[in-house]
Amino acid sequence: MKYIDEFRDGQVARALARAIHAEADPARTYHIMEFCGGHTHAISRYGLEDLLPGNVRMIHGPGCPVCVLPVGRVDAAIWLARQPGVTLCTYGDMLRVPGSKRLSLLKAKAEGCDIRMVYSTQDALKLAQSLPERQVVFFAIGFETTTPPTAVAIRQAAALGLANFSVFCNHVLTPSAITQILDSPEVRELGTVRLDAFIGPAHVSTIIGSAPYEYFAEEYQRPVVIAGFEPLDVLQAVRMLVRQLNDGRFDVENEFSRAVTRDGNAKAKALVADTFELRKSFEWRGLGLVPYSGLRIKECFAAFDAERRWDVPADSVADNKACECGAILRGVKKPTDCKLFGTVCTPENPMGSCMVSAEGACAAHWTYGRFRDMKADA
Amino acid sequence: MTLPRRTHPRPLDIASGRVDLTHGGGGRAMAQLVDELFVAAFDNEALNRGNDQAAFDVPGGRMVMTTDGYVISPLFFPGGDIGSLAVHGTVNDVAMAGAVPLSLSAGFIIEEGFPLADLKRVVDSMARASREAGVPVVTGDTKVVEKGKGDGLFITTAGIGMVPPGVDISGDKARPGDAILVSGTMGDHGVAVMSQRESLGFETAILSDSAALHTMVAQMVAAVPGIRTLRDPTRGGLAATLNEIAAQSGTGMLIRETDVPVRDAVRGACELLGLDPLYVANEGKLICICADADAERLLQVMRAHPLGRDAARIGTCEADPHHFVRMETGMGGVRVVDWLAGEQLPRIC
Ligand code: SF4
Repeated sequence: MKYIDEFRDGQVARALARAIHAEADPARTYHIMEFCGGHTHAISRYGLEDLLPGNVRMIHGPGCPVCVLPVGRVDAAIWLARQPGVTLCTYGDMLRVPGSKRLSLLKAKAEGCDIRMVYSTQDALKLAQSLPERQVVFFAIGFETTTPPTAVAIRQAAALGLANFSVFCNHVLTPSAITQILDSPEVRELGTVRLDAFIGPAHVSTIIGSAPYEYFAEEYQRPVVIAGFEPLDVLQAVRMLVRQLNDGRFDVENEFSRAVTRDGNAKAKALVADTFELRKSFEWRGLGLVPYSGLRIKECFAAFDAERRWDVPADSVADNKACECGAILRGVKKPTDCKLFGTVCTPENPMGSCMVSAEGACAAHWTYGRFRDMKADA
Repeated sequence: MTLPRRTHPRPLDIASGRVDLTHGGGGRAMAQLVDELFVAAFDNEALNRGNDQAAFDVPGGRMVMTTDGYVISPLFFPGGDIGSLAVHGTVNDVAMAGAVPLSLSAGFIIEEGFPLADLKRVVDSMARASREAGVPVVTGDTKVVEKGKGDGLFITTAGIGMVPPGVDISGDKARPGDAILVSGTMGDHGVAVMSQRESLGFETAILSDSAALHTMVAQMVAAVPGIRTLRDPTRGGLAATLNEIAAQSGTGMLIRETDVPVRDAVRGACELLGLDPLYVANEGKLICICADADAERLLQVMRAHPLGRDAARIGTCEADPHHFVRMETGMGGVRVVDWLAGEQLPRIC
C-alpha cells in the first residue's frame, strides 16, 4: 500500500506544518470551515490541530450525511418501519441517530420492527429479491457521492419489475448547504461567526466537479480549496487557503486533482438527473428549510418512491432542546459548548446526530480530542 | 479403560446428511453422533470413558479457569474456522494468566438442518488444533435447536490450567513507566473474516492469525516471571484491550502509531472499508506490559518464537487521572484511542 503511505508521511506533514506557521500572519486569524465530515474525521483522527498555529482555526461544517438529517425524517423512517409488511434497510450509522421521544431505528428494531443494516444499495435490492412477501424500503441518505448508487438501484428495480422495492429518498446537495451557511444571519448580518475560507469536499467533488463552487467563491468572496481526505491533503489545503487569504484572492483551487476535475463525472450526473428532481426545499438539521437542496424521485419512477407508496408523515419535529447540533452544524458553536457533551451525550448514548457517526463533530471530538479539554481542568 | 465403541447399524451419512432434532434428543441418534463424530475426533482417555464429566489428577498450586462462547459468521475463514478458533481462544485465555493449559471442554449448539459434513470439518479442525496445542478436549455437550433458533453452529469451550509458582499476571498491574509490547501485526484475523462476508465482496490474501500462544507465553514467563500483564487483543482489537488494561490498572498510556505493526495488506483492506486496524480483532497475538527494564529481554524471547517474529514495543504507560490511551499519530499530532462505540462499520461517504 505505497499509495496510502505517500499521503501519510509524517516528515512531509511536519514540513507542511512549518510552512503554515511561516506563512500565517500572526497579526490576523484564519477561520477555515471544512465542509465534509471526512475532513473533520481526518483532522481529529490524526491530531492535525496540534500541527496548526493558534491563529488558524478549523470550524467543522455540516457535511456529515447522518448529522444533517432532521428529526422529522428519522421519525418518518421509524413510521415506515412500523407499517405492516415493511422491512426497512439502511446504512449502519443511521440506525443509531436519535429521533423524537428518545427513539431510534435501533430501538424500533428491538421493539420488533424488521429493520436491517446494509452495506450497499445492491444489498438492499438483493434483500427485496429474497423477501418477495415483504415490502422492502431502502432509507436512502447522503450527499452527491451516495446518490448515483441509489439511482442505479431504482433503475435496476424498474428493469427487474421488482414491485416490493422502494426508496425513502433523503439525498441532499452540498453547494446549497454552503450557500445557506454563508447566508445565515450569524455570518452575514451579525458577524458573530467568522468564516474566511472553505475546504471543499473530496468524494462529492469527484461527482459534481469543482465548477459548482465557483459561484459562491465569487459571490461571497470566500476562497475554496477542494481537498482529499488524507491528512496531508488537509494540511496542504490549509496552506493554500492561508496563501489565498494573505493575497486577498478568492479562487476555487483544486488540491485533489488526482480525482477531481472541473466538470466532475458526467455519466453519474446524467444518471442522477434522469432519476431524481429537485425538491423546492428540504429541511436540514441545524440549517432549517434550505431551498432546492434535496432530491426526490422523478414521476417516471414513482412506483419505487416510498413517499408516494405510503402517506409518510412530513412533519417537522423540533430537536432535543439541550442539543446544540444545529448551531454546531452552522459553525456557530463547538461541541464543548453543549452542556450534554460527554456527560449525558456520548457515542454509546447519543442525544443528537453529531454524536453518532465518526464524521460528526461531537463524536470526532469526543473520540479523539477530548483529552485536551480534560487536561485543562484536571 | 476405554469402553468398547458402540456399533451402529448404519454409519452417519457425513457426505450429505444433516443434523436433525433427534441428534440432540438423548436417544440412539445422539449417541451415534457423539461416538462417530466427537469421540472419534477428540479421542483421549478421559473422554473415551464415556462419562458426563472428566476426572483427572492435578498438581498442587494455583489454577485458572476460563470459558468463552464462539459465535462467528462465516464459520470458515482463511486461516481457520470456528473449531480451531474455539480451541485457540480458550487456550490463550488460560495462557494470559501465565498458566500452562491442561484441558478443555466443548459445548456444541447446533441448528437443525446443519450439514453433517460441515460439522465434521469443524470438529476435525478442532481436534487438530487441540492435538497441536497438546491440550485435550476431555468432556463435551451437544444440543440441537430448532431451525431458526440458532445461526448454524455455536461452540463454547472452557479451559483450565496451572499457574507456575511465583507468577502473578493480571490486568490491574500496569504502572506508569511500564513498557507496552505487542507480539506481532494487528488486525489480521478481523480482516480475514470480513473478507469472507459475501456482501463486502473483496478478496484478500490475508490469513487469520488464529494460533495458540501458550508455548510462547511459557518461554516469556520463564525469562521474566515478573511480567505485569498479558492479554490477547481479540474483539475490539488493540484499542479495546489497552483501554481495558488502562482502566483496570488506573494508568494512562501513550503509544506511537508508527511503532504499531500492521501488515500492508491489512492496512489496505481497512482503508477500503473505512476501518481502523487498531480496532480489528486478533486471535493469535498478545499484548504484554512489563517493567521498562524487562522490555528488551521479552522482545528477544518473543522474536525467537515463530508466533512472535514481528514483536515490537509500541509505547509506555503514563500517569493520567483520566486513564486515557493516547497515540502520537504518524502525522505528529496526538489523539485519544478510545473504546469503540457500537460496531465498527464500513463508511458510507
Ligand atoms: S454533544 Fe450531543 S447533545 Fe450536545 S450537540 Fe453534540 S450531539 Fe447534540
